[in-house]
Amino acid sequence: MAAEVIADSTTPQMNAPVRSMWDGGNEPLKASYGKLMMWFFLLSDVFTFGAFLISYGVARFSFPSFQGEASEFIFSQAYWPIPEKVFNSMPLFHGIDAPLVFVGIMTFILIMSSVTMVLAVEAGHSPALNEDERQAEVEKWMLWTILGGVAFLSCQAWEWAHFIHGTEMFVTSMDEVARSTGFGANLVQNQYGPPLFADFFFFITGFHGCHVLIGVILNIIIFYNVVMGVYRRTGHYEMVEKVGLYWHFVDLVWVFVFTFFYLV
Amino acid sequence: MAHVDSSLSPKEQRSKNIQRIWMVAGLLAVVTAIEYVIAFTIAPSIYRNIVFILLTLVKAAYIVAEFMHLKHEHKYLIYALLAPTVFIFWLILSMLIEGTTIFGIRFPELVM
Repeated sequence: MAAEVIADSTTPQMNAPVRSMWDGGNEPLKASYGKLMMWFFLLSDVFTFGAFLISYGVARFSFPSFQGEASEFIFSQAYWPIPEKVFNSMPLFHGIDAPLVFVGIMTFILIMSSVTMVLAVEAGHSPALNEDERQAEVEKWMLWTILGGVAFLSCQAWEWAHFIHGTEMFVTSMDEVARSTGFGANLVQNQYGPPLFADFFFFITGFHGCHVLIGVILNIIIFYNVVMGVYRRTGHYEMVEKVGLYWHFVDLVWVFVFTFFYLV
Repeated sequence: MAHVDSSLSPKEQRSKNIQRIWMVAGLLAVVTAIEYVIAFTIAPSIYRNIVFILLTLVKAAYIVAEFMHLKHEHKYLIYALLAPTVFIFWLILSMLIEGTTIFGIRFPELVM
């Protein structure tokens, strides 16, 4: 009985009502099912990252700030560190005080990879291109996006390694307690300030980095499909748009992480 | 796509879209540059932080509206996605009050 019903409902019928997109003859919110679900997933992720950043705010507000001139700042667990004193190193420029320069480069890389992604989406939808041009354009911009994502992850790997190991460079600018922890930071010891600061650094940038990694993997899968001509055969490049949404979201989160972790 | 202007040929539409993408990219870069200038010229204060948060919201709005194309989606999709974020604003308010209270309990001598 059940099998007959299923078979009946899946075989096209004479005089049956014409059904479209969502199989009910209707397209809620004028978006495809996949796109709408991607949006709602991203909304749920907004809450996850929101909770992370807000709990960072709670921790920040429950510790004193450093009082006095920024030039006299020393690392101490008695107050919250000034971010530009913690993140002031760059690869290949050892011993040079470069506050927030490296994180600025990372921000630039991620924004640029977002731009190349939106160019891929636009090429995929554009009626101005023929089939070959469209595929070539989408391939080109998706490849740049993947490269940007990999570059960002590499930068983050360096930043983490540097944060964990620390340097002897600023040993004179540490108070007794900070010096006794040794260089760098882990989940329980932190050269730069209260251990909670390092914990939030690992969890927030780590969770964001995890999203970037997933984004790069998704982009590679979609890039493979584009190269194999899958979307040429299905007739539309909406899949590029869907992973594009995810990729822009990663950029969006970074904008907030950048402000609340590195600037404020 | 919703923002297609029928008076333009596909080629013109495409070059207009691409121009717009680069304009938004430039705007994001300029806002980030302004944030850097503020970070290194103005001493930290609550007002500086408010400016940072406003500039962040400007960047976020452009990313969501233009890059994620939300501006050109159906009206109720926009509402369905923006309305729930009101809970975040409540959470921010309540949690910052909570943090201040914890600070007061931990460091009573530092509270004025």
